[in-house]
Order: sequence, then C-alpha cells, then structure tokens
Amino acid sequence: MSPARDETRTKLLQAFTRLIDPAVATAFACILALLLVGSIYSREFLSVEYLLQQLKVASFLGVIATGMMVVILLGQIDLSVPWVVAVGGMMACAATAHGDIGVIGAIPFGLLCGIGLGLVNGFGVAYLRIPSMIITLAVNAVAQGLMVVHTGGFMPQDSASDTMHFIATGDIVFGIPNALIVWAMIGAGAVFVLTRTSYGRAIYAIGNRERASFLSGIDTQRVVMIAFAISGALAAFGGVLLAGYAGRAAQAMGDGYLLPSIAAVVLGGTSILGGRGSYIGTVAGVILITLLQSILSVLQIEEFGRQVIYGGVILAMLLLYGRERSVR
Amino acid sequence: MRDWRYTLAAQRGTLIALGLFMGLFALYVAKHPAGFTANVVQTAANKGAILAFVAMAQTFVVLTAGIDLSAGMTFTFTNCLGSYIVAGSTPTALLGCLGVLVAGSVCGMLNGLIVIYGRLQPIVTTVATGSIYYGLALWLRPQPGNSDNFNSDIADLMTGKTFGVVPSALVVLLAVVLVVWVPFRRSTMGRAVYATGSSEVAAYMSGVPTQQAKFWAYALSGLLASVGGLYLSFITYSGEANFANGGAYTLYSIAAVVLGGVSLFGGVGSAIGAIFGALAFRTIGDLMFVFELDPLFQPLFQGVVLLLAVCVGAARLFRIRNRLDLFA
Amino acid sequence: MDAAAPLFRMEGVSKRYGGVRALEDAELTVHGGRVHAILGENGAGKSTLIKVMAGVVAPDKGRMTLEGTDVSFPDPAAANRAGVVCIFQELSLIPDLSVADNIVISNPPKRFGLIDRRAQRRIAEDALARAGGEDIHPLAPVKDLPLSRRQIVEIAKALARKPRILILDEATSALTAADVTTVFEVLKRLRAEGLALLYISHRMHEIAEIADDCTVFRNGRSVATYQAGTKSDNEVVEMMIGREYSHAFPAKSAPAADEKPPVLEVRNLSWGQRLRDISLTVRAGEVVGLGGLDGQGQRELLLALFGVTKGLTGDILIDGKKKTIASPRAAKSRRIGMALIPEDRKTEGLMLAMAVGANLSFAALDRLSHWGIIDRDGERKSIDEVIRLLAIRTAGLDVPVASLSGGNQQKVVIAKWLMVAPRIILLNDPTRGIDVGTKQEIYQLLRKLAGSGAAILFYSTDYSELIGCCNRVLVIYDGAVRRTLEGAEITERALVASALNIASEPAKADA
Repeated sequence: MSPARDETRTKLLQAFTRLIDPAVATAFACILALLLVGSIYSREFLSVEYLLQQLKVASFLGVIATGMMVVILLGQIDLSVPWVVAVGGMMACAATAHGDIGVIGAIPFGLLCGIGLGLVNGFGVAYLRIPSMIITLAVNAVAQGLMVVHTGGFMPQDSASDTMHFIATGDIVFGIPNALIVWAMIGAGAVFVLTRTSYGRAIYAIGNRERASFLSGIDTQRVVMIAFAISGALAAFGGVLLAGYAGRAAQAMGDGYLLPSIAAVVLGGTSILGGRGSYIGTVAGVILITLLQSILSVLQIEEFGRQVIYGGVILAMLLLYGRERSVR
Repeated sequence: MRDWRYTLAAQRGTLIALGLFMGLFALYVAKHPAGFTANVVQTAANKGAILAFVAMAQTFVVLTAGIDLSAGMTFTFTNCLGSYIVAGSTPTALLGCLGVLVAGSVCGMLNGLIVIYGRLQPIVTTVATGSIYYGLALWLRPQPGNSDNFNSDIADLMTGKTFGVVPSALVVLLAVVLVVWVPFRRSTMGRAVYATGSSEVAAYMSGVPTQQAKFWAYALSGLLASVGGLYLSFITYSGEANFANGGAYTLYSIAAVVLGGVSLFGGVGSAIGAIFGALAFRTIGDLMFVFELDPLFQPLFQGVVLLLAVCVGAARLFRIRNRLDLFA
Repeated sequence: MDAAAPLFRMEGVSKRYGGVRALEDAELTVHGGRVHAILGENGAGKSTLIKVMAGVVAPDKGRMTLEGTDVSFPDPAAANRAGVVCIFQELSLIPDLSVADNIVISNPPKRFGLIDRRAQRRIAEDALARAGGEDIHPLAPVKDLPLSRRQIVEIAKALARKPRILILDEATSALTAADVTTVFEVLKRLRAEGLALLYISHRMHEIAEIADDCTVFRNGRSVATYQAGTKSDNEVVEMMIGREYSHAFPAKSAPAADEKPPVLEVRNLSWGQRLRDISLTVRAGEVVGLGGLDGQGQRELLLALFGVTKGLTGDILIDGKKKTIASPRAAKSRRIGMALIPEDRKTEGLMLAMAVGANLSFAALDRLSHWGIIDRDGERKSIDEVIRLLAIRTAGLDVPVASLSGGNQQKVVIAKWLMVAPRIILLNDPTRGIDVGTKQEIYQLLRKLAGSGAAILFYSTDYSELIGCCNRVLVIYDGAVRRTLEGAEITERALVASALNIASEPAKADA
C-alpha cells in the first residue's frame, strides 16, 4: 500500500479512536436513547423538522459552550456567562438604534463588549492570579450592574437588526437552519485551533501542568488571557443570536445558559480539571442537554419533575464515566 | 513572645474581614437617618444573618478544597419545607424546625456521598444536585405561600430582639457559632477537614480520615444552609421556590467566603471570617440605600466593590520574586 | 545477624500497576535493634515495598508478619497503630497547618473530646527536641519552613508516634551535614532501644556509616541480603543493575582555546538573600558543574539565569554582550538560546497526561509552526530524529508520557530542549532517580553536546558525576561561590571539604 494511503488510514483510525472515547460514545448513545424514548411517545421525535429545530436551539448553547470548553480545558471556569450573554444581546440591539452604521456594526459591537469583559476576566486570572471562579463571578455582577443602568431596569426596547434575525432564524441552505451553520463554522474553527495550532496545544499543556508549560518557554499568561477573551466573545455572540431569534434582548436572557454549558462540556468528556477533552464531545454534550430539556418539556412533565430529572440524568451520566481514579 | 505573632498571622483573613465589615457598618450607621438604634441594627441583622448562614455552609465545603454550587438551592428547598412544617402548636412547630434541619443535612450528605464514593468533582456534582433540590422546592411550593397555621410565634421570636436590644438573629448566629463551629474547629474531625483541604494526599498518608472529614463537611454545610432557609421563612412567613434568588445566594455565599479570608484552594480560613464577609457584603447593599444612590446603580456598585475586593488579594503578588511560586 | 526471632517479615509480596510489575515475590526480614538498609535503582521496587509496609498501598499477593502474627494494613492509620511508621520521600506534612498540628496529626491529645492544644504543644516540643529541631517553633505554619526544616519536622512526627519499626525513605536528602549527624545520633539511640530501622538511601557513605544489614532490590525482587561492610561498592552496584559495571565516564575534552568571549558570563549576580555576588563563565565546549550541599542556591542560580526570578541585580552576558532575560520565553529565544532541564521532571519538565509526541515538540512549537499553525510533517520528522538520537524507548508517540520509565521520561525532557538547538544548556540535577544505564547515556550526550560547541552548566548532588563530567566545578555555599576546582583538582575530598567549609563549624571529613 502506498504511503499516502497508509497516512489516510492512520488518520481515519485516529479520528475513529477519538470518537470511541468512552465519554463521547456514551454521550452519543444517550442521545440515541433519548430519541428512542421520545419516539415511543410520539413519532414526531424522529422527524426531520423536529431534529432540525432541536439542532437550531442547540446552536445557541453550542456557541456558548465552545467558549466555556476552552476555559475549562485550561482548568478554569467562566461564571460570567449569564450576563456576558445579556451584554452581547443588549449591546448589539442598542447599536441598531444608531443609524445605518449602528445596524451594520451591531454584531461586531456586541462581540467587542464580550471580548472586553473577557479580557477583564483573563487579566484577573492570568496576571493577578485571582481564582477564575471568583473573578468571573465579580465580572458577572458588574456586567449585570451595567445592563441594569443601561436599560433603566425596564425591558430593553431596542430590537435586533435584520442580520441578527436572519442568522438566528433563517435557513437558506436546503432548509438547514442558519444558526446551525454558524455553530458548525465556529465549531470547525475551534477544532482547528485546538488540534492544529500551537495556541491550541498550549491550552492543553497549561490545563495539564501550567508550571511545566511556563518552564518550557510558553507565555502562559497571554494564552490564558486570550482564552477568556474568546469565551467572552462566544458568550456575547450567543447573546447576539438569542436576541436575533427573539427579535429583541431580554433581562436575564443568559441565566439559563450557565449551568447547561458547564454540564454540556463535562458530559462531553472534558475533564473539569483541565487538560483533557475533545470538541466532538462538547457537540454531543450540547445536543444531549438540548434534547433532554426539549423532551422533558414535550412530555409535559411539570417543571419540578424536569428539574429533578435533569439533575439526576447529569449525575447518572457522570457516574458512568466522569469519575476520578481511586486513591489505592 | 512569638506565640501571639503566629496566632495573629493564622487569623489574618478573619481579622481583615472583621475590619472590612466594621468599617462599612460604621459608615452605614453614620449615614442612616435613624443612626445606631436597635431597630436599624435589627433589620440589618435579619437580612445579614441569612447570608451569613449560607456563607457558613459554603465555608465547610470550601475548606475541603471543594465548592458547593447547590448551597442556594438547599437553602431554597428548606425554606419551602419550613413554610409547611413549622406550623401548629409550639411543640409541633419546633419539631418542624428540626425536620427542616434534618432535611438540609440530608441534602448535604447526598452531595458528600456522591463526591466521596462517586469520586465526582464537587463543582459538577453540586451543579446537578442543585437542580434536584430546586426541583423539590418547586414541587413543594409551585407558588409562593405558607400553610394556614404557620407558627408565627417562633418566627417572631427568632427575628425580634432579645432583651429588647440585641437582635435575636445575631444571638442565634452566635449560638450556632458556639455550638457548631467552635467545637467542630477544635475537634479531630475539624482538623481533618483542614488537612484534607490543604493537601489530601499528605493527609491520607498521615492517616487522616479524609473521607469521613469530607462527609462531615458536606453534612454540616447542608445543616447550615437549612438554618438559613428556616430563617428566611421566619422573616417572610412563607416559602418561595425562586430560581434566581437561590442562584444569587449561592454566588453571594462564594463572594462572602472569599471576602472572609477563606481560600478557595482549601485548608485556610474560618467560618467566622465568612460571617463577617457576608455581613460586609450585605452592608454594601444597604450602604447604597442610605447614600441615596439611585437604586438603578446599586447592582453595578455592588459588582464593582466585589471586583475591587477580590483584586485586593492580588497585592501579595508584588512580593513574589520567584515566578515558579505563582504556579501550583 | 543475631539468631533472635525477626520482628517483621515479608514473604512473596507482589504488586502490579497495570502492566508494570512493581514488586514480584519480594522478601524482607527485619530484626529489632538493627538498621536495615535497602538499596536499588529507582523502579526496583523500594518505594512500592515501603508503601505496602506502611499501608498506603495494598499488595496483590503475599504475606506480612509482625512478631510472628499475620498482619495486613488497609490504610496508613492501621500501620501506625501497629507501630510501623514511615517517613516518606514526598513529605506527608500538611502545608497549611502548624508544626505542632502536623506532629500529632494522626492522634492528637484530647480533652473533653476536643483537641488539647497545650498537651499537643508539649508533645511537639518533645518530639522536635528528640529530632534535633529545637530551633523550630511549634506554631509556625509548615509551608513557611524551608525543606530541610520540614524534613526534621517529618522525623519528629514519626518519633511522636512511638514506632516499633521506623522506615526512612530518602529521609536525609535535603538535610545539611550537621543535620544528618544529629539524625544519625537519634537513629543510633533508637536502635539501642530495640527499634527496627529501615533505611533507604542512594548515599553509599551514609549507608556505610549507619547500616547493620543490607538488602538489594532489582526489578521488584529482593536479590541479595548481606551484612553491611561485607561487599564493595562496585559489587553492590553490580547487584543493583544486574550486570558488570564499570564506573566510566566519557573522556573529557578541553574547550577550544580561542579569543571569542565566553558564551555565558555572569558578573556579580545577586538575588535577595539567596544569591550573593556570583560571577562565573562558561565557554563553548565546556561542562561546568555546580557543587556543594543541597539548598545553597544552586537551583536559584539556574532559575535566575533562565529568567524565572524577579529582582536580580548584576549582569548576564551572552557572547560578551549584556542581555536581560525576562522570562523562560526570552531565555529560549534564538538571541539567547538557553535551555533548562528542571529539577522535577514530573511537575516541571513534562505534562504527564499528554502524549509523548506532544511533550517532545512542545518547547520548539513556535519553530515548527507557520503563523501559529503547526507543520505536522516537520514536527513528526523532528520528533523521530530526536527519539533516535537519544534512544528513547516508548510504545508510541501517542501514549501518555506518564507511562514511560523515569529514565526515559528524563530523556524526553532533554530531547524536548534539544529540539530548540540551545547553545547554553542548564541542568538541575538531571540524573536524580535515574537508572544507571540511562545515566551513562546522558553523560555521553552531554559530552557530545559540549563537543559540538554547547556551553553546559549543571548542578548535581552526585560527587562522582561532578568529578567524571566536568571541566570545572564551582562549589557553592550560602549563595556564593566558595571555591573553584579545575581538572585534576576535582576530587571527592576536595568537593566535600569545600562544601563543608563553614567558618562556624568544625570541618567533618566524611569522604
């Protein structure tokens, strides 16, 4: 066999091995299980329309979870997601009220705000060595404060730009939701950065052992700061999409995305301690969480039941493959 | 002569928190139209005590180098439970209180068991269990309310004034500290908790019962969160399953714990410091009220103060001369 | 050996970790009132043996008897209760607790169910005095103590548990010579009291001084047991490595005598209290050694050169030109061209959970990438080349580097740095805990690198290495260069004498 074909075989084998990472495999198996359970209730669950709709909703969480994954790979956490999402959505909408330039610059402006907040997080973690849990919490509080001042405590009045609406709700390519295409592009970018660039390698290394990375001559502080900026940007972008979907931003629009994004990343096999995890796992985790939430609501289980089952399922899955090694 | 220097150094975090709180409270009382009167102190004490209890709960877990993201939900759940069973005649109501405390402890124990035997990381465990506890709270109280024969006598007693001067909330807080924290701190199990948080490996090798220590820490955490929940029902005479409120208490308890000098890395700090941290945090909110700050700016102010307080700890970085010390 | 019944016996003990046989049918007999030394390479099973005895690890098979009764220890606390106390190599002290808290940690004195702090303090002061640590304050937090003091606290902690069998696992590695003398007096006293002592160490002269019996381990088995003093050092080493051993180092070469400025020159370097006015030069092709007792500033010097420390005064000149080295990143850059093989490969040199290939290319990644994108073919080629060059034995490039043996792990660390083609190579005790075979390979490599023009500065705690590898040795004491030895002047006697040449203490020639 020619060397080139050998190469391709090895590459396919490697990709396959990563797929059968037990965490990822379990996640996909659970997705199938959920669909099966749902299909018993109604055939609708296996319909293309339903699945596409779910994937569209998953895209919003997916974009946010991508940023969260990068931060978790470093061994950190980003608890500022709720209000950075809101900032992204609200600032993008606010920009549309400023004439044509505002409309064109709406999305970039929303992203810029997210990057700014992310940089504050990153600076605190990387240069001031403040535990990420607490600085992102503080930044979350500040972001909330800023938005309360901005909206005067009322519901935000500005509406989303047409572009935002289009990206979030349209479907130009064979009926595939635009939001899904956007997620796919961001996901492809994430995979590329994590697996093919020196920056991505540095992220895994720092998550594994920051001390050794530093002594290997890597500017670990810059890597960490940029990672938080990325997380802020993606969270803000998630907010932009959500605002586009609803036509306008809303107070506390990001609150329901913090815990699911963490859960999605962890259920996808990324270790909460950092240094280990693949993006396809996060994809599986996002779809899993979205499906779970959707099925629970369609089955008309009351809210309290949904909460309990949601927590219980996450625990059960983690106990299956999220456990640390035994001491002895 | 050197003895007191070491003891002082060991209590540094708590003392700084105390100083912070006293400074803020003095400012508050000075600006308050009614000044340093019993009523002013009583209202402040009632509100502050609730967060203080939840902060104490968080302290136990953080000391083991864990984190409890379900603290606010245990608090909410026990609040709802209390609104049901603290009812009827005084003896029945007292039994109800006991029941609430037991329920809270069970929640904590469940967290502990999953972390210890399931070997899951505390952060993801408590995210999931938080969801479960909230679901239970919602099941109990889909709408806020209380039972018809809610025993308001006990409630009034606990939130009133002792000897007409000292707020009962503070008396209860002191009692809890004396009955729970101080004996715990000086017991072998308490020391085991500190040892486990400081270095679990070294503790295990030294024969410290790390698993038991963690179990106690989580159980006591649940207990203290339930005291907080009970107190909320005393103040509001009702139970409410409010997701945002529960989440806020979780995050504020983490802020209080950090302000109180408890290290998120474990092994360092005291619940007394966390109490002052909680009281200081609450006073910040009240400060804005008396300074007649536009209520619109309150969340922003609170966030900025938290951010600054958290960054202050970074000042120690200037003394670090070997950069390797920055990394774990 | 006396005919009295043994205090403790281990028979047929085996332990596997995955595919690795840490212990295979190990056997050990320990008598009370004797010091029993255990020798062997790293990976020979000594650590696992001790962990089994101390209850840290459960054996797969085998039998342990204490005074004739079968025992098994499910956890360290059980072992302690039986009187088996171990002083581990990785200290078991809790950093955030005080010295007194740590000393009584496994069994604090109690009053009314709560810990009695006063009694605890008395016990701690007692134990510290017995261990020679009177200068240590019982309330001091352990994390603030230097390593040598922490080791004394560890010993005090073991003594406070009233052991019947005391195991010392490399317990003297960070102690000064004076401390070691005190500790040996304590051990001799305990021996006279009837304790059984197990002493694991790499330092032959210490073993010669204190041991009564010796057992050699190799590949998880107990290979030989003999009375101390009945075998020569060479014989012992041969038993440890299982083959003929010639203590040979590659021939030294002198650096080219030319007019070029030295590759590395240091003038009046000072850093707080740890480095005082150090000046040295290293020419291309030279191997310069740093000697002296542990903890005199050698590590700090290497870290300072590599850009890790802040607040340095003095000058560093590369090729005769003054340079500021602000960070390891700057040190690694082409204009300076430095590499540092750090002290602890597991936490400073490698990302253990990551693949061998990823670890190897990590320092050179920016050279293997265009605009941040890794050139995978180029990376693969460079990795293959360096694996071949250093003969790194690994099951593949994608296995986690944690699965490699200690020697191969260290080779990965060195290989990683060779990929950036450094001109100045700093090494921080590079062969500590490495098997003899790999050590030889590393010595050959260093010579070869010097031969191609690299300037090498290396710190070692092993006298024979300094003697065998270096053109010059600088003996460091208390942060300053105490003496420079060149060529034939480098002998063990000279090294030890200048290392101990402390004005306030009588010189102890223990060569």
